[in-house]
Amino acid sequence: MKSGLVYAGSVLMALGGISQAQAADLTISCGAVGAELQLCQAGVERWEARSGHSVEVVSTPNSATERLSLYQQILGSHSGDIDVFQIDVVWPGMLATHLIDLNEHLPKGATDGFFEAIVDNNTVDGQLVAMPWFTDAGVLYYRKDLLEKYNLEVPTTWAALTEAAHTVQAGEREAGHKDFWGYVFQGRAYEGLTVNALEWMASYPEGGTIVDDDGKITVNNPQAAGALSQAAGWINDISPQGVLNYTEEEARGVFQSGNALFMRNWPYAWDLVQSEQSSIRDRVEVAPLPAGGKDGQSAGVLGGWNLAVSRYSDNPDMAADLVAFLTSFDEQKRRAIEGSYNPTLPALYQDEEVLAAVPFFGTLYETFTSAVPRPAAVTGDNYPRVSNAFFNTVHEVLSGRVTADQGLESLEGELERIKRRRW
Amino acid sequence: MTLRTLKGIVLKIGFWVLVAVLMVYAIFPFYYAVVTSLKPSSELFQVSYWVDSVDFSNYAAVLSQPTFLAAIRNSVIVAVSVVLIALLLGLTAAWALGRVRFRGRTTVMMIVLGVSMFPQVAVLSGLFEVIRTLDLYNSPGGLILSYTIFTLPFTVWILTTFMRQLPDELEEAAIVDGASPWVTLTKVFMPLLWPAMATTGLLAFIAAWNEFLFALTFTLTDSQRTVPVAIALISGGSQYELPWGPIMAASVIVTVPLVVLVVIFQRRIVSGLTAGAVKG
Amino acid sequence: MTAQESHDTVSNSSRDQKGDEGAGRPVGAPRRERGTRVRRQRVRAAWLFLTPMLIGLLLVAGWPLLRTFWFSLTDASLSSLEGSQFIGLENYLVFDDGWYGILADSLWWQSVWNTLYFTLVSVSLEAVLGVIVALVLNAHFRGRTLVRAAMLIPWAIPTVVSAKIWAWMLNDQFGIINHMLLGLGLIDAPLSWTADASLSMWAVIIVDVWKATPFVALLVLAALQMLPSDCYEAAKVDGIHPVRVFFRVTLPLITPALLVAIIFRALDALRVFDVIYVLTSNAASTMTMSIYARQQLVEFQDVGYGSAASTLLFMIIALITVVYLYIGRRQLGGGS
Repeated sequence: MKSGLVYAGSVLMALGGISQAQAADLTISCGAVGAELQLCQAGVERWEARSGHSVEVVSTPNSATERLSLYQQILGSHSGDIDVFQIDVVWPGMLATHLIDLNEHLPKGATDGFFEAIVDNNTVDGQLVAMPWFTDAGVLYYRKDLLEKYNLEVPTTWAALTEAAHTVQAGEREAGHKDFWGYVFQGRAYEGLTVNALEWMASYPEGGTIVDDDGKITVNNPQAAGALSQAAGWINDISPQGVLNYTEEEARGVFQSGNALFMRNWPYAWDLVQSEQSSIRDRVEVAPLPAGGKDGQSAGVLGGWNLAVSRYSDNPDMAADLVAFLTSFDEQKRRAIEGSYNPTLPALYQDEEVLAAVPFFGTLYETFTSAVPRPAAVTGDNYPRVSNAFFNTVHEVLSGRVTADQGLESLEGELERIKRRRW
Repeated sequence: MTLRTLKGIVLKIGFWVLVAVLMVYAIFPFYYAVVTSLKPSSELFQVSYWVDSVDFSNYAAVLSQPTFLAAIRNSVIVAVSVVLIALLLGLTAAWALGRVRFRGRTTVMMIVLGVSMFPQVAVLSGLFEVIRTLDLYNSPGGLILSYTIFTLPFTVWILTTFMRQLPDELEEAAIVDGASPWVTLTKVFMPLLWPAMATTGLLAFIAAWNEFLFALTFTLTDSQRTVPVAIALISGGSQYELPWGPIMAASVIVTVPLVVLVVIFQRRIVSGLTAGAVKG
Repeated sequence: MTAQESHDTVSNSSRDQKGDEGAGRPVGAPRRERGTRVRRQRVRAAWLFLTPMLIGLLLVAGWPLLRTFWFSLTDASLSSLEGSQFIGLENYLVFDDGWYGILADSLWWQSVWNTLYFTLVSVSLEAVLGVIVALVLNAHFRGRTLVRAAMLIPWAIPTVVSAKIWAWMLNDQFGIINHMLLGLGLIDAPLSWTADASLSMWAVIIVDVWKATPFVALLVLAALQMLPSDCYEAAKVDGIHPVRVFFRVTLPLITPALLVAIIFRALDALRVFDVIYVLTSNAASTMTMSIYARQQLVEFQDVGYGSAASTLLFMIIALITVVYLYIGRRQLGGGS
């Protein structure tokens, strides 16, 4: 009855026309999605109460590419429609010309205590274009029940992962579980594949980068070729061929329906695979991604989002103050506890209340602090092109249309081509 | 005789099999969307052909969002306005292009067709500037204006072809009576063109109702969004989670009115398009 | 061929039969003394009537299109539109120690080929299926209205949504299509419809055909209902086989309608974007011209290059349209 009234009320409101609230002092775009959006809204409301200004929160497309193009459309026309933007870690280089230098609008020492790597990432030509808000890094999900059943250790190298996947996959299939696979990841030709492939490469000693910090093209090296060949060997062996078109959700779909032993994903999947309706609840654990070999190291690629202020904003100081508030210690702590968003302040990883809420922040601290950045800063405007060339090559290698050596060689040529145009 | 009966039966069975196959091909995806929308999210990754237990929570979730209802209202406003404008401009243009001979007429026709030869994404930023200049950003006006870019061309072309095959005698009589072109158009042609207008109107309505890219780019706040954008922006719990159930529920909610509209207008569409396409 | 001819072929106007050369006269209007005055008045009225539409189109399309042409000759990028410089045709083709530019990009040519292949196959299938559906819907049977309504559903669902429904159904692991095919024993291992390069184009075609067949069917159905029944009577009396009747009598009569449907479909198919974008994103095996242009414009922020791609796309479509109208003009013109 009550809910019926609520519906009727909202219908009437909709039909009667919801008059737009008085023009707000600021407009912020933060988080497209439910829980994230609510968390942001709550934070914004606290700032409103403190500062007495009004803020409108707008929702944007969930897909990062679409969100970026919308931002560019707005910024490109020099419009101040949005004051504060939530931007991906790979965007500062691209959007820098449209963003204010926060150093000039924030008190000195505003970035003290933040992860230095992210602050560096957000500094373009000496200007701090965004404040780190929350971070992200790839992790390995595994089925502890199955590893126990087959008496296997949690793999620390890719070779061990492949072997464990073989054993369990063969065993489970024999036992009648025909759709079972060893490993799922994100293999679609999109930004996520750049992230996955960079994780493979960076886990090998010296295999590391697509482009180094000086802008030199380093992708064509034997270690990288080895990493990619190994990954190509997984397809149709321990990974379904369909993985070549998987994004995060498809991978989670396979893993969460109990059809895979390992999955590479972001920490977001934790809450979902552990939810009450999940068929694998309490049978999952999270570990750092495997290393490339004995001398290698685990490498999760840096993800996460930052807050930036538009150059075309009418109230840049007010907007900067909002940014400072949202990225403050208290606010990040609240977000870590309520939404398990990874803080960008190392101190919070030792905070007891935070650790009680999200235990793996403690065990995976290393992964988050040493996350590998993508070459976005150095390639600037050309990063999307570089990433695109890279993930297309990796996709070709994974589909078996070229060998890793050939692929990387022609990729090197293509990157040279991109470089000579403008970077 | 028996052979013939047998053949008749076989033919009849074959016919119904054909109908069944076509029906399945046409309806199944929609049916599957309905099934999915009635499932709780935990069963999302399991294949099922029908609904075991009906769960309306997705519908409740969608309908309880005031922004979704606002989006429906915006879509109705935009789509209806687009239809009215397209029909008005299309009708006057069709009279000029279909009934009057003048130099430059074919050029006009080709320009109109040429407008629909550009990819949408290419005109996006230019249109964005136009809309900002006219101060129509984040308002239904901007969408109504931009939607004419793809509704006008086919409205004009279809209405022109219709207009052409109306018999000349009608107009001659009007001219003899000294009627002005406007009177001729509204009093003589319009009543005869109702089927054509229903057809093009419906086509324009569906096009405007389903448009996504412009709507996403030219509106900003929830209160101004249209339905396809609202659906695309329905959110899951976190960045990567796809809220499939609510998306399907919302899609079903907005598709049903269109299906009803199509059913109501289908006779009109048929008789309408006929005249335009075939009659010489 | 001139635009005049091409226009006539499609609109199939009655003008040809009238053999009328005068301007401003209603087609076949009486030649009278005051004809000249009326004629002038009508031409004035015609332009008056056209003005709102032309202003509308100019407003929404004029600036964006000119801007695209202009930017295609510059090195503009999204982050610095103002600072762009005129670089002539360098975006299209330039020799600088090797050929560069769109025309030297193998991916562009692949996307041109993909687009043409997609258009040819999907539009052909839509035409054939459309005729079959129309024949079924034209037959008299119980529940015809219901079936007609059902057939139109694919056309009414927003493309953004229907492409997503299909993406879900075509998923290799939990998609219902593979489940069905496996259940029927048609395949022994799940197919990765959208990942396998040899299948993904077909996946896209299946979805597009599903979506657009109703449109073709509708037009053909209209034509079928218009057929003069005396042809059939004659054929029946002569005892000609139904299949022969279809090919000899029905098909030629519905050809004009079919050709009109095909041109509108082809224009859409040549610019296809959303179906493919949702199903396979930017994968090279299904990249079309529109996707290529979008990638340059939006993802790579290269407004100059992307505008050049859009301009080429426009020219290719215009060329195909003109050729099609030229080839089809006899058929289209002979429809009455």
